[in-house]
Amino acid sequence: MTGHIGGLDVEKIRKDFPVLARTVGDRPLVYLDSAATSQKPQQVIDEVSDFYAHHNANAHRGLYMLGEEATELFEGARANLARFFGAPGPENIVFTRGTTESMNLVAQGWGRKFLHAGDEVLLTDMEHHSNIVPWQMTAAVTGATLRFIPLTDDGQLDLSDLGSLLTERTKILSVTGMSNALGTITPLRQLIDAAHAVGAVVAVDGAQLAPHHAIDVTALGCDFLTFSGHKMLGPTSSGGLYGTAEILDATDPMFGGGEMIHEVFHDHSTFKPVPYKFEAGTMQIAQQVGLGAAVDYLDAIGMDIVRAHEEEITGYALGRLIDAGATVFGPKDASIRGGAVSFWYKDVHPHDLATILNEEGVAIRAGHHCAQLVMRRFDTPATARASFYIYNTKEEVDVLVESLAKAEAIFI
Amino acid sequence: MALDDMYKEVILDHYKNPRNKRDLPGAELSCTRNNPLCGDEITVFVHEEGDTISDVAFMGAGCSISQSSASMMTEAVSGKKVDQAKALAADFRGMMAGEVEPDEDGLGDLVALKGVVKYPIRIKCAVLAWDVLQEALDSAGTASGSAPHAV
Repeated sequence: MTGHIGGLDVEKIRKDFPVLARTVGDRPLVYLDSAATSQKPQQVIDEVSDFYAHHNANAHRGLYMLGEEATELFEGARANLARFFGAPGPENIVFTRGTTESMNLVAQGWGRKFLHAGDEVLLTDMEHHSNIVPWQMTAAVTGATLRFIPLTDDGQLDLSDLGSLLTERTKILSVTGMSNALGTITPLRQLIDAAHAVGAVVAVDGAQLAPHHAIDVTALGCDFLTFSGHKMLGPTSSGGLYGTAEILDATDPMFGGGEMIHEVFHDHSTFKPVPYKFEAGTMQIAQQVGLGAAVDYLDAIGMDIVRAHEEEITGYALGRLIDAGATVFGPKDASIRGGAVSFWYKDVHPHDLATILNEEGVAIRAGHHCAQLVMRRFDTPATARASFYIYNTKEEVDVLVESLAKAEAIFI
Repeated sequence: MALDDMYKEVILDHYKNPRNKRDLPGAELSCTRNNPLCGDEITVFVHEEGDTISDVAFMGAGCSISQSSASMMTEAVSGKKVDQAKALAADFRGMMAGEVEPDEDGLGDLVALKGVVKYPIRIKCAVLAWDVLQEALDSAGTASGSAPHAV
């Protein structure tokens, strides 16, 4: 296999991911579902294992050495994440199970407190269900109205009518940085500036963007950023929410319980300061420690290199899929999109395609990708989706494309 | 090869040339449901005469497994008593759950779908039409069949 893609030594990277050495039946695994969850490098696996083997205790509780070590590792991960995202400090990072929990925290902790009847929440038609359903639940309680930025035929945000969608009634714009179903990268700079100009808060769903792109929240100026650790080389149930000090302070906790309180009385309690007021009960300590190692791993590569690889392999995949007769959804220009490539191969239903590709060792996603608004917009119940990350090679794209012929032989 | 177990000739035939895939105006019973995994949607229409299914049809779109299963189902239950159709549905579900050894006399072509059992995530595709049929039959006596399930 060839070595470098976009300046990244992919062969060297692959050696760090033990699962990539396995086979599916007698075929090498070709893992093309990183938009669902990424694989984990040995460095992350070792960090989690080392935590359990040598440092396991509850964080922020134990008055003994082990407890102090666990706390130090947990808080060290928070500091890593703050640095990784350009946050002012660790206190700007709230640990959560990932984007879904983070967006629910924003919709409940901030939304239920600050939204009222007549207020508007602006979303887009390319949002993942995790950035739609929490807002519907909040709208039902507060009387706020949801509005949606539509999509163009090539799967970008249609901002031609932004002026009538984004008004002084808009209290929050909650938008993805990169669509999981279309790959589209949204113009965050333009959206954040426009939202702030009308006094709206901006929450960015970073689940897909954060694994692939450098994000500097301070430069970007977003009020909230959600991220999922498991999509960026970290363990499942790792992730968090960035917020500015001001907005996190104003946001209510979503969960009450142990460790988030300052004092508890019969009729009320007082809460700890940010970020601890949001972290009730025993947290995902080992997982977040693992995520701390994951962002160290990404930092060591450099996020510009990570993005260059993504752009190159996505461009290659788009070209090969289209040449093979596939219909690709979303932008065809790799410079304005990420590596989640949704497509139909001729008339082969995505479920059938995924099953047939599995026989060739190729793992892709088939379904609505938790983005039914996108499916409806493009009038399809489902798509096949191949998605790429730092360990994927052009040869794997070739295996994907060559495997399409098997589907054709059976169905067409 | 394992794929041959799944994509048998008879399945592909029903997929490419679905039987009874049509509207059924005046159907006493109908039900629409979808597979939340993939968004595939199937509507089943049943025309009852007494306790007999005199005609049955389906509409919708989906993968080869859901569509061929629906097509074979319409052939299997057409002309049957409602109780027989429900028993057949139970047998089919039993086969797909790997609990019942399929009876070729009873299930006929449907036995071809047994290969899907090896692909657990696709079992839902195979049973979708049967779930819809069951719900349509169970809705007998209510006003106009059951509403589509929200996802």
